[in-house]
Amino acid sequence: MEIGIGHYLTVAACLFTLGIFGIFLNRKNVIVILLSIELMLLAVNINLVSFSAFLGDLVGQVFALFVLTVAAAEVAIGLAIVVVYFRNRGSIAVEDINMMKG
Amino acid sequence: MIYLAIVFLPIIGALIAGLFGRIIGPRPAEIITTGLLIIAAVLSWIVFARVGFGAETARIPVLRWITSGELDISWALRIDTLTAVMLVVVTSVSALVHLYSMGYMHEDPSRQRFFAYLSLFTFAMLMLVTSDNLVQMFFGWEGVGLASYLLIGFWYQKSSANAAAIKAFVVNRVGDFGFMLGMLGLFFFFNTLNFDPLFEAAPQAVGQTFKFLGYDVDVMTTLCLLLFMGAMGKSAQFLLHTWLPDAMEGPTPVSALIHAATMVTAGVFMVARLSPLFEYAPTALEIVTLVGAVTAFFAATVGLVQNDIKRVIAYSTCSQLGYMFVACGVGAYSVGIFHLFTHAFFKALLFLGAGSVIYAMHHEQDMRKMGGLAGKIPVTWAMMLIGTLALTGVGIPHLGGFAGFHSKDAIIEAAYAARLPGDFVFWTLVFTAFLTSFYSWRLMFMTFHGKTRAEPEVYKHAHESPWVMRIPLFVLAVGAVAAGFVFAPYFIGDLYNEFWGKALFTSPSNHILHDMHEVDEWVFWAPFVAMASGFALSWIYYIRAPWLPAATAHAFQPIYQFLLNKWYFDELYDWLFVKPAMKLGRLLWKAGDGAVIDGTINGTADSVQWTTGRVVRMQSGYIYHYAFAMLIGVALILTFFLRSLVMTGGAGQ
Repeated sequence: MEIGIGHYLTVAACLFTLGIFGIFLNRKNVIVILLSIELMLLAVNINLVSFSAFLGDLVGQVFALFVLTVAAAEVAIGLAIVVVYFRNRGSIAVEDINMMKG
Repeated sequence: MIYLAIVFLPIIGALIAGLFGRIIGPRPAEIITTGLLIIAAVLSWIVFARVGFGAETARIPVLRWITSGELDISWALRIDTLTAVMLVVVTSVSALVHLYSMGYMHEDPSRQRFFAYLSLFTFAMLMLVTSDNLVQMFFGWEGVGLASYLLIGFWYQKSSANAAAIKAFVVNRVGDFGFMLGMLGLFFFFNTLNFDPLFEAAPQAVGQTFKFLGYDVDVMTTLCLLLFMGAMGKSAQFLLHTWLPDAMEGPTPVSALIHAATMVTAGVFMVARLSPLFEYAPTALEIVTLVGAVTAFFAATVGLVQNDIKRVIAYSTCSQLGYMFVACGVGAYSVGIFHLFTHAFFKALLFLGAGSVIYAMHHEQDMRKMGGLAGKIPVTWAMMLIGTLALTGVGIPHLGGFAGFHSKDAIIEAAYAARLPGDFVFWTLVFTAFLTSFYSWRLMFMTFHGKTRAEPEVYKHAHESPWVMRIPLFVLAVGAVAAGFVFAPYFIGDLYNEFWGKALFTSPSNHILHDMHEVDEWVFWAPFVAMASGFALSWIYYIRAPWLPAATAHAFQPIYQFLLNKWYFDELYDWLFVKPAMKLGRLLWKAGDGAVIDGTINGTADSVQWTTGRVVRMQSGYIYHYAFAMLIGVALILTFFLRSLVMTGGAGQ
């Protein structure tokens, strides 16, 4: 069976959907949300790289590298916030983080 | 120049006393206003001599006022004999009242304001009598109304004074509404409001009609009646009279100046000034006569039983104004103006005398608490006596007498000479003369004669008023004695034509001035008999047999109550107008404003609050809710774009 672009895209879509459901079905831990976001970014990366390979255009792969960089920075900041939050509130359970409600 | 000085000196005084009264202090304010008024009065007499006896007339333009399309109104002073007579009356009485007030208001802390108002009133009144068109007259008309309001409510701490001031203002508005309609109607039909063109055009309008609610209405009659409605309001005629007795809440000099001598006579002046219009509206004149006669009778009956000294004189004024309107109504305008002229002297004298009594009795106005004052305040007594003699018309027919004799008897004769059906008006006036005599002497006897009913302490301290208050009484007393026989030949006698010139208009068919001298002999004696029997009955009631009044009141209790309550007019108006107006106001307040307007606004606010209360629950604070909402949004946008892409068949490529 020939592995075509459709397969890559399917995998990426599956990962993306997993990421989404990870965000809103998760009620436990904020870190899980961060991981889910990573998952979605990786799904996008797979899209970029596979299109880059199939269309013969390197720009997509360069873009994927940028995405990785941004993701790293984002995780660094996100985890820092989580640490500070834990220090202040003593919990990082998602249910407890609703101070901004109307 | 002299005319301008007469008119504008009072307003200068009013401005000085009103604007700078606090700076210059009360005494200078009094002296300035009084001094200016005395100058104006002296000038007025000079003008009177020049215009009345020298047949001078003038029209002095002051400034162009309103020019808009056909409407062209300039501010001008119209000087003829009618104006000159009014100038003399207004400035003389006003100057004397100013002088008198220096004594009467001596203890009032805000007398600068009082003098400013008095001078303002005088200015407005002069504006009224010198007017050359109806708009200017209306300006003066409203100006005196304003000044009257301010002066009735001068003691604004008293709620009764405020109520009286508002009542005077509102009742006058009713009349002014008629005046306004009359004015607009005149402009509609004649395209002008200046007197001269109006008087020229009037004869052509006779018999013209216009459609109103499907009826043909006579133009001249309607317009004259509307204008007369204004006169009724200002001159406190029957149905619009209710404000005048209440206006006695103001200081007594005000009552003398405004509510006896000058302002209330403005209606009579207006009818006389517009005689060229009224002469062409015989129906309107009949109604004027009728209203005058009813007022004269009605006010005199009420005056019989009042106990407040000022109210008796107020009803007397109302009654005498009725006489003046009867004279105008039968076409004898000069007789009406003559009575206005003499009445100004003796009624101002009576009011100032009453003020002097009140001053002596420490602001006691109830005649039941007076009596026996003749020995205590002989000068005031003598002056009041002269005033009463003049008011009741004491005099011998064909020989002469006090001022009121000449003018009032002339009115009664004119009423007889007019030959109205059944001589109803004539007999009413004769009977009213009897009533007048009765209540005037009742006032004299209750106040000055018999045993005193005053508090011993008050009676002991009753004292004559100061000189500054007595001098005006003397001057007015001279007028009350002499104004009749000195001026009768000019006003209503042989010298009529030389004196009046073209100031008053009588149509060629109007021979009333001739006829009134030719009536039967007994007509001359009728008012004399009425006057004498009124005096006799009053003497019996209040001197000879002082128990009689109470017995009579007891025997005729319903009639007594009816008169004491002023024919229940206040109650009737309260029920007819005031209560419904209050109810309507309450309805609009509670239902219109409260329920509808406030309800709409508050309802909108409430529903917004309710909605936001629901909407705010969407802000749960949980990140995954927000993320879900975002996802839904993205899905919707994608769906939309993809769908449009499919529909257009990929036209975007």
